[in-house]
Amino acid sequence: MFTKWAKEGKPLFLRKIPGLEAIEEAVGRATEMGRPVLFIPGIAELDEIDTIAGISILGRVAQITAQYETPLYVPVRYPLVLAAGQEVVEQAYIKAGKPELYDEDIVRYVAGEQFSFTATVNGYMMRVRPATNIYMGAFFAESLLLAETGNAAGSIQIAGTARPEQLPFFIAACDYTLMGEELYAASAYLSHEPIMMGGLKGQDFMKILIIILIIIGIVLVLFDSAETYLSWFEEN
Amino acid sequence: MRTTLPLAVAFITGLVFVITFFLNEKSAIVGGISRQLLDWLIIIGGFTLLLGVVSILRVSWQSVERRKEDWIYKLITILSVLVMAIPGLLPESWSSLFGRQAGSIYDWLFLNLQAPMMATMFATLAFYIASAAYRAFRARTAEATILLVTATLVMLWRVPMGEAFLNLFSEEIPGLINRYIMGGVNLAVQRGIIIGAALGAAAMSLRIILGIERTYMGKS
Repeated sequence: MFTKWAKEGKPLFLRKIPGLEAIEEAVGRATEMGRPVLFIPGIAELDEIDTIAGISILGRVAQITAQYETPLYVPVRYPLVLAAGQEVVEQAYIKAGKPELYDEDIVRYVAGEQFSFTATVNGYMMRVRPATNIYMGAFFAESLLLAETGNAAGSIQIAGTARPEQLPFFIAACDYTLMGEELYAASAYLSHEPIMMGGLKGQDFMKILIIILIIIGIVLVLFDSAETYLSWFEEN
Repeated sequence: MRTTLPLAVAFITGLVFVITFFLNEKSAIVGGISRQLLDWLIIIGGFTLLLGVVSILRVSWQSVERRKEDWIYKLITILSVLVMAIPGLLPESWSSLFGRQAGSIYDWLFLNLQAPMMATMFATLAFYIASAAYRAFRARTAEATILLVTATLVMLWRVPMGEAFLNLFSEEIPGLINRYIMGGVNLAVQRGIIIGAALGAAAMSLRIILGIERTYMGKS
């Protein structure tokens, strides 16, 4: 229904996500300072949906860095992410009309171990001092190590993860943080394509339905009627 | 073809795993196909490791060859890759120092160099937490003050000395912190984020399976 509306040109309201709005500004800052942009698409394999979301955002970031002719550095932990990242960045440079600026080594495999990866990236941050650090994907114990080092290096930082246990670290150390579903909404938000925007609105609608169901559940529990309805589901 | 084939692969494999999840995965047809696909994934993953090794060696070698800034670190990287990989790949039958069993060169290097270095990196997290906490807990606004008070209470509850201190006032305080802060406000917010993220992940997976989402392939 929402996709149909979007295709018909009906305006669909999407609330602003400051972290995504800030990406272009952050890349612009890097251009002005003549320093690179660091993008980490998480440290998980390509079979994680968070990594795919990170790779999708990488495409948009690479397009902006190509337009501004700003160096981009993308360290990865898995070879499959390396292959996907290289493909996405190459396409972004072609789309931006700057294929000659594309270098295969923009996306690099740095280490397979979690903390070896972290040490490599932290070393890079302290030596090169990138103007902008963008972390989008699945992060674990290294989230704070990366974000704090970036903070100490004076970089503007934008992070996004769907892992609630890592969110406080990013919020404490980064300038902007995409929380939970915002990470998955990013590709639709940035693309403005009717089909994807419609999907996003449909997702919001589902959330409203779930909230209503939760409220009904609370009311049923309060009135001791939950068991009756649950047993109906079990029987049928 | 460059777009159609990956989309077809994503659709078919996605569909197989969705069906396996909802049906009996022990069944001969669906379960067998999904297990087969997972085996393929492991095999492809093994081959792509070579891609990673080639990438790291090529980038590092270029820096060493052109004497770029910090080339010495790249040289150490190349040497580390070779020293760890070569003895580990050689067959055990040649010498007890080869292979990856206990007592081999690979094992010694892992236990005495790599593991302590990784543990050191992990241990530095404590200092990073302290500096991040200092910045987050500065009571500049009403929200930051609430965060500071809540965090102080939770920290007091978490450490035995703090718990003993709280018990001086009332033995019920630690239980109240656990029930209302950790099990109430904290859990409710976490569940909200998890439900939102799960819906987002499901919607994105559906977009990928149906070929609507192509940005992960560099397509719009």
